[in-house]
Amino acid sequence: MAYADPIHPAACPACIAVPDTGDVARHEQAPIERPRIALSLPGIHCAGCISGVERALFGVPGVADARVNLTLKRASVDAAPGVSADRLIDVLAGAGYEAHELDATALSATETDRGGRDLAMRLAVAFFANMNVMLLSVSVWAGAADATRDMFHWLSGAIAIPAVIFAGVPFYRSAWSALRAGRLNMDVPISLALVLALALSLWETRASGHHAYFDAALSLVFFLLLGRYLDHKTRASARSAAEELTALEVPKAWRVEDGEEVEVYAAELAPGDTVRVRPGGRVPVDGRIVEGSSEIDRSLMTGESLPVYAGPGHAVSAGEVNLTGPLSLTVTAAGRETALHRIADLVAVAEAGRANYNSLADRAARAYAPVVHFLALAAFGAWMWISGGDLRLSLNIAVATLIITCPCALGLAVPAVTAAASGRLFRQGLLIKDGTALERLAEVDTVVFDKTGTLTMGAPVPEDFGDLPETERAVAFRLAQASAHPLSRALAIAAAEGGIAPAPVEDIREVPGYGVEGRLGDVPVRLGRAAWVGATAATSTATYLRLGNGVPHAIRFVDGPRPGATEAVAALRAAGKRIALVSGDNCAAVDAFASRIGIEETLSEALPEDKAAYVQRLAENGHKVLMVGDGLNDTAALAAAHVSLSPSSALDAARVASDIVLLGQSLAPLAEALRTAVKARGRIKENFTISTIYNIVAVPIALLGFATPFAAALAMSTSSITVSLNALRVR
Amino acid sequence: MEALAYLIPISLFLGGVGLVAFFWTMKSRQYDDPEGDRHRILRDDYDDKPKR
Repeated sequence: MAYADPIHPAACPACIAVPDTGDVARHEQAPIERPRIALSLPGIHCAGCISGVERALFGVPGVADARVNLTLKRASVDAAPGVSADRLIDVLAGAGYEAHELDATALSATETDRGGRDLAMRLAVAFFANMNVMLLSVSVWAGAADATRDMFHWLSGAIAIPAVIFAGVPFYRSAWSALRAGRLNMDVPISLALVLALALSLWETRASGHHAYFDAALSLVFFLLLGRYLDHKTRASARSAAEELTALEVPKAWRVEDGEEVEVYAAELAPGDTVRVRPGGRVPVDGRIVEGSSEIDRSLMTGESLPVYAGPGHAVSAGEVNLTGPLSLTVTAAGRETALHRIADLVAVAEAGRANYNSLADRAARAYAPVVHFLALAAFGAWMWISGGDLRLSLNIAVATLIITCPCALGLAVPAVTAAASGRLFRQGLLIKDGTALERLAEVDTVVFDKTGTLTMGAPVPEDFGDLPETERAVAFRLAQASAHPLSRALAIAAAEGGIAPAPVEDIREVPGYGVEGRLGDVPVRLGRAAWVGATAATSTATYLRLGNGVPHAIRFVDGPRPGATEAVAALRAAGKRIALVSGDNCAAVDAFASRIGIEETLSEALPEDKAAYVQRLAENGHKVLMVGDGLNDTAALAAAHVSLSPSSALDAARVASDIVLLGQSLAPLAEALRTAVKARGRIKENFTISTIYNIVAVPIALLGFATPFAAALAMSTSSITVSLNALRVR
Repeated sequence: MEALAYLIPISLFLGGVGLVAFFWTMKSRQYDDPEGDRHRILRDDYDDKPKR
């Protein structure tokens, strides 16, 4: 639900204010409860933590109820309207627990996993009925005859018929919607086999016949539901983790109302409002600066690693980060009207194209379903002709064929492997968001990386600081300490690590958008932008230091590579993949970085459209592209690629556009993920082979009329169990 | 053979009890936080009744 359709306009104004509450708001006019505050508690792990957190929360006046969920590492708090999440977070921090606010509206699907509970319920009914009917069937196979057999058949029917009707609902529903659309899917032969098996068995029982297929129908439902349930669980846990990432970013803004700043949800802003953006904050809307000057980091939007100056009259867009000075903006576009959202809409359009991907399961079903129907029909016709019109015998054989060929193992083949492989990748820090992403990942032969924020950390490190004279270093350290600008902070950290003592600079003052100045004895000193200091600007990211009228010194910065980036590139190269780097950054920076990390193919100063076009060109040449990117300028390329991956630090829009999210900082699991994907695809294909072999052996037996309910039960259980065990080998 | 007349209903009844018990645990959301419940049962805070 969190990444539901951004295209459809909301039906009511309230739906715009509350981003997307999904099913809850639309289907269920629930009594209006006051919203519970959701907190993420990444650090909790033990019984003491539960008690500690709950006691701390109950200690806050106004808290009516607080409940920790250790599995999800979350707390849900029912508090009076006056109690803010920030207050609770402060209290928890005081008690020693790290906490973050979660956007409760983005968590809807996790909270109410109704689909999963429904499937589990049906699964339980199928299991219960199957076990009882199997016990009765065992006595029939063991030789119960005459009246006893008839009684056992009647009993089995009494249990099986309601159970199959109830437990099979997901299959009937899916089959019906496929038939209405004029298609055949896996569920059509399943539903047909279930209905025919029940009807025929009832007829046989009435005629006190030897064979009834009640147990077969139930095992079929049970094994297939098990596959469905596994599939659902895998997707639900990925969705829940993806939602949590989204929910961690509660979009808020400071609106100026009658000269006072009031904290509001970003969704409540409208064009014409005035908002304040503090240094370090992300710009929540598109707007024009009316007051203040600062530097803006647009790397998530453009890939440009150099901050740009912004002053009154400049336009800024949502998603950019304000670095140095406070800014006041007049909102020109908010919410869905912002450039950020418009790009997200484009992504949704591009993604729709990918929905045409044919998964292995689809292809198998398309080949399989007609064959099954044809075989059963042919068996019926042939036996009618051979036996000279014996309807009962012919129907018996047709149903046996349908049941034996029913894709029991096929239904388990894919979900069992996907569940095992996703679990393995999740432990390595990769979140598979899309069901077919693993299969697509296995086909990849080209990997395209974005630079800033993906292969690099997006955090600068001073390059030649050690070359400065000692006094200059000491002055630079002292001045850098006074600012929260990322370059200053990087400089201060490097200086502190270098064991430098800060110089006694006095009268330190930060000039937002320009730099920091002060006085060392009688000499005025400045650290900041080239023009302000009086230096000529270099081509790469740099800050400038000048003491009095001396020669200005440039302190250059490089963007440090993300941990594991070099290893990942080397491993991918060793695996024979073609690797390319596309970036919105300037030529010099891109080439320098590419040669350091070992990539030859580069494209620099690329606009978002250029990136997408680059990926599309590769695709047209028959390459299967994995796009790895984090910024808004990457989203179109992410959506255009065969499969896409983004780090968890990426912008929300980029994460939505990608199939896989990297949870940790390191890129190292990437190569391993490709290997696991290839292995998983291999297992899926093996599973298809196994179930095909079972069918090849069993179908002639059924067609010749030798299949008994016992043989059907045996074939079904052994094939399902073999397939599941084979899937577990992926771990 | 007469034994079947009461053994089958008994076995069905017992199985049914298990099924209903499972439904109840599911309805009362006992599978929402298995990790937390595992720890909660052992903690030494005094409470008169388990919290919801």
